[in-house]
Amino acid sequence: MKSSSKMSRREFLKRLGVLGGGVIIGFNTFDSRLWARKPRAGFLGAGIPTDFNAFLRIGANNRIALYTGKIEMGQGVMTSIPQLLAEELYVNIEAVDIIMGDTDLCPWDAGTFGSLSIRHFGVFLREAAVEARGVLLELAADRLNAPIGRLATENGFIFDSSSPTLRVSYGELTQGNIIEKYLDDLPPLKPLSAFEIMGKSVPRRDALEKVTGTAKFSGDIRLKGMLYAKILRQPAHGAKLIKADTAAAKKIDGLQIVEQGDFIAVLHKHPDVAQQGLARINAQFDRPKTGINDRTIFDHLLKSTPTPEIASQGGNLKTGEKKAATVIEKTYYNSYVSHAPMEPHAAVADFDGKKLTVWASTQTPFRVKDMIAGQLDLSADQVRVITPYLGGAFGGKSASQQALEAARLAKRLRKPVQVAWSRAEEFFFDTFRPAAIVKIKSGIDSAGKMTLWDYNVYYAGMRGSKQFYEIPHHKEVVHGRWRGLSGRYHPFAVGPWRAPANNTNTYARDMQLNLMAAKAGADPLQFRLAHLKDRRMLNVLRAAAEKFGWQPIKTPSGRGYGIACGIDAGTYVAFMAEVEVDKGSGSVDVKRVVCAQDMGVVVNPEGAATQMEGCITMGLGYALAEEVRFSDGELLDLNFDTYSIPTFSWLPKIETVILENPNLAPQGGGEPAIIGMGGVVATAIYDAVGAAVFQLPMTPERVKAALRQV
Amino acid sequence: MLETIRFKLNGRPVRLEVNGERTLLWVLRTDLGVTGPKYGCGEGLCGACTVLADNEAVLSCQITIKDIAGSEITTIEGLAQNGKLHPLQQAFVEHAGFQCGYCTPGMILKAYSLLADNPTPSRQDIIDGMDENLCRCGAHTRIVAAIETASRRMKGGMK
Ligand code: FES
Ligand code: FES
Repeated sequence: MKSSSKMSRREFLKRLGVLGGGVIIGFNTFDSRLWARKPRAGFLGAGIPTDFNAFLRIGANNRIALYTGKIEMGQGVMTSIPQLLAEELYVNIEAVDIIMGDTDLCPWDAGTFGSLSIRHFGVFLREAAVEARGVLLELAADRLNAPIGRLATENGFIFDSSSPTLRVSYGELTQGNIIEKYLDDLPPLKPLSAFEIMGKSVPRRDALEKVTGTAKFSGDIRLKGMLYAKILRQPAHGAKLIKADTAAAKKIDGLQIVEQGDFIAVLHKHPDVAQQGLARINAQFDRPKTGINDRTIFDHLLKSTPTPEIASQGGNLKTGEKKAATVIEKTYYNSYVSHAPMEPHAAVADFDGKKLTVWASTQTPFRVKDMIAGQLDLSADQVRVITPYLGGAFGGKSASQQALEAARLAKRLRKPVQVAWSRAEEFFFDTFRPAAIVKIKSGIDSAGKMTLWDYNVYYAGMRGSKQFYEIPHHKEVVHGRWRGLSGRYHPFAVGPWRAPANNTNTYARDMQLNLMAAKAGADPLQFRLAHLKDRRMLNVLRAAAEKFGWQPIKTPSGRGYGIACGIDAGTYVAFMAEVEVDKGSGSVDVKRVVCAQDMGVVVNPEGAATQMEGCITMGLGYALAEEVRFSDGELLDLNFDTYSIPTFSWLPKIETVILENPNLAPQGGGEPAIIGMGGVVATAIYDAVGAAVFQLPMTPERVKAALRQV
Repeated sequence: MLETIRFKLNGRPVRLEVNGERTLLWVLRTDLGVTGPKYGCGEGLCGACTVLADNEAVLSCQITIKDIAGSEITTIEGLAQNGKLHPLQQAFVEHAGFQCGYCTPGMILKAYSLLADNPTPSRQDIIDGMDENLCRCGAHTRIVAAIETASRRMKGGMK
């Protein structure tokens, strides 16, 4: 099977032809410069075309169609990505239409994750726009009979600056066609300081559809003759089907059953009837007895650990320990956490005998396309994946098993099929944030300076583990990342969860720092500042402190003030919070959270603030309540009755500060503001009542247990 | 067993031959193709499936089609009148009271019902009233702000 990221020139032009128009303008049909453009590198870049036509098309009516493999899952890139294009192409933002996540129409993309849409894809898009504009200028010079140096661009028009009435629109030049003409050298991108459209809050493009109910999610796709499928699931991970009796189900009028080995699906034109049919299947499973559950998991995980990798190191740990007057050694734990997007996985597939079209709730449409083609013996161009709106994802919609299930059934039955997971299936098949362990041994000298930081993190991963404090003797070792460990170490699938690894690492680091500060008799903020040289970190901490009104005092102070900070996706972020702890019940009320962020140039400030608020609110969940309970492969939390996520009544007062940093290209925005939520709440609880909680989530029971140790 | 069920959906009369025991959510979403009400949990735990029955918020995953016979059902699709957004919808747009938008139909209709009962709610009233509607994206602060704005603009009236 050929991966869709490798595309011949002919295929490429064919694909562009799908977009309509297709007459090629320009001079040299086989312009070699197109392919001479430096190929992109790396897993994320290599498959992305260098031809600017893949990213945009200018219609005769002067509207610009922008094509991107990114998807909209609530993070707002549908609104911010067009800002990038409009900026470099000198067009009005309203003139840009965006087409997202369609594998037939959009340039290849690795997927929407890692806060990369703006800082990574955005650069390619801007390059495409810059080249397109350069080419348009060349075409306009011919058309207007004016030297190119005298031409200027504004709002989709090119005019002769010495006689501005002499002008031509982009659309008149392209007539909606591919522009088969390229520049020898890519002109420079606009300097950050010249941005006019980026950096402004623009209203969300999806607003109207989302408030009127016209926004389509995958489960809202309706095709003629479509069947809804429900699939027989094992009761526990690792369970094997022994036998299934489908006789009773077959009695339901209009019900269809597909049995392929242990894959059994019931289909009906009404999903609720299909569900009833499924309930009538009498199935027996062989269930594993592993003895692994949410209480024994940490011992299990520590029994044999993956190969360690060093994230960062400096000095010599032995020396650091010798120089220390006080050494503190602690172990931190965090539980499995679910993504639990409000929209469970859904997909619709339709096969016409040649082409399989799949609408799927996925963060990785191109990967899904390749997976389906590979699994169902189709060529890559026989499969088209279209991505409607996603109802949240947070890293959990990458594997996209539901798309394969729908595709498989549609191909087999030659009928459109929808697979929409129930909430229980959503929990069962979630690729959880891994349970993890962090062991830290750290020391301070008699002057309160940190001399030692010996850091080992198991299973969480690399992100956020690197040292950024000035500690002469330190070593940060990562034992296993979230990728690739599902079968052997974890009892079910794990995967990236909003800012993977960084929540765990930041929680452990900040709690440990406050224990050190306490030993040193220092204020936790001053303690951090005294061990930092990195300007950006100093700036976000100071900005947060100013907004919060932090008054230095040693911890525990009884005030219930917490602090945390870290780096994620190139963004620096600092948190401060105030909590109240009910000593009797152990329950924690987070009253206020301040978050200050330096994310370089901000493309859409309003959108960025929204993302920060979302991160903070969501982060309260893993800090205080969210934890997946299980036993012998069976999930014990399958709905929101026992798995609680933050609700309105949890809401603290949230204040966000975005620092100005106009000299740095845009950095990540969808994840950083969640990384400190465990740490800031943990340090605040400690400050309030002197109880250090060593396991996330900090449930009332765990807080009470910690109080008993005080 | 098929029976004839009549009700009003977004102002238009509907007559269905259905098994009266079927869940309103699925009849709306499939038989009637009205996909504004969303499935989020199926057990009355999230509010994504909220619709209005005679102006009161109900969880459509928890009631049968028979239960609403004769009622007036409003889904998010029916809230805007003559192309004009309801003040709640307008306020959700202005405050960006959503991210992924999956909870939004339920949020808006729940808020509608809340304001019908209590046209001038305090912030705490809003928080209490909305607490059972879940939003995973964390749009809560903006949803509260949107409801406050809408309530102010509506000055106690429902239009
Ligand atoms: S789907 Fe009805 S309450 Fe969740
Ligand atoms: S906006 Fe995504 S669940 Fe509320």
